[in-house]
Amino acid sequence: MTDTLKEVQKKEAELEKGVERTRETRVYTPAVDIIEKKNDIVVFADMPGVDENSVDITLEKDLLTIYGKIEPEVPENHKLAVSEYGMGDYQRTFTLSDEIDKDHIQATVRDGVLRLVLPKAEKAKTKKIPVTGNA
Amino acid sequence: MTTTYLERLLDPWRELDRMNRLLNTDSCGGSEYPAVNVWINGDNAVITSEIPGIDRETIDISVSGNTVSLSGSRPAEETGEEESYHRRELWHGMFSKTVRLPFSIDADKVKATYRNGVLRISLPQLEADKPKKININ
Repeated sequence: MTDTLKEVQKKEAELEKGVERTRETRVYTPAVDIIEKKNDIVVFADMPGVDENSVDITLEKDLLTIYGKIEPEVPENHKLAVSEYGMGDYQRTFTLSDEIDKDHIQATVRDGVLRLVLPKAEKAKTKKIPVTGNA
Repeated sequence: MTTTYLERLLDPWRELDRMNRLLNTDSCGGSEYPAVNVWINGDNAVITSEIPGIDRETIDISVSGNTVSLSGSRPAEETGEEESYHRRELWHGMFSKTVRLPFSIDADKVKATYRNGVLRISLPQLEADKPKKININ
């Protein structure tokens, strides 16, 4: 395997010791881009196979969890001859700081990419203080 | 990560991944982005690939003989002023991948769909390439 593939290979999500999942499926950690903009923080997560109905976003205290459930793309009556990627659900959790306006988080899914917009709370927005010289 | 031997035994995906790594399957030519799964059913093959965040119009699929090539690109998100990356893990750039099948493909009957970031190409075998039964007179 080349190094390029290693970079894009999916990582399996880690479980706490002694904790098991009820569904017998693999769970991957989706790759994310997190961009801080002036008024919000935008998260993009690659979750191929997930649509707007199969992604769950929960916010408990400061923990933001994204979970995407997939229906594996398995062609009927076909046998898997070459497997370069595994299929499974996606899960990733982030801690949010106080500076996020938790009531106005927006989420959209398009072409298997989740886009989360986390607006900054009013107090966390950077204010530019004009410096005035002595008049 | 805690997995028991039994769990590993019961998970066919993990086992397949492991076998692929061991064999370093080259029958499919190359192992660069995007990763593909190839499914075969006699005279029909299906290739699935996870390529999220691509405009379907820009995916190029071409078939020649027993090979199929996919190419396209995923442009990086444009960042303006006062924007900064906290994390940058998503794959961006141009990709091109060639997959070789064990039979000649009927290019006119190839069908492709792209849904939720998953590309699926159905590739039937060329009629002339199928084995013929010879009757003995």
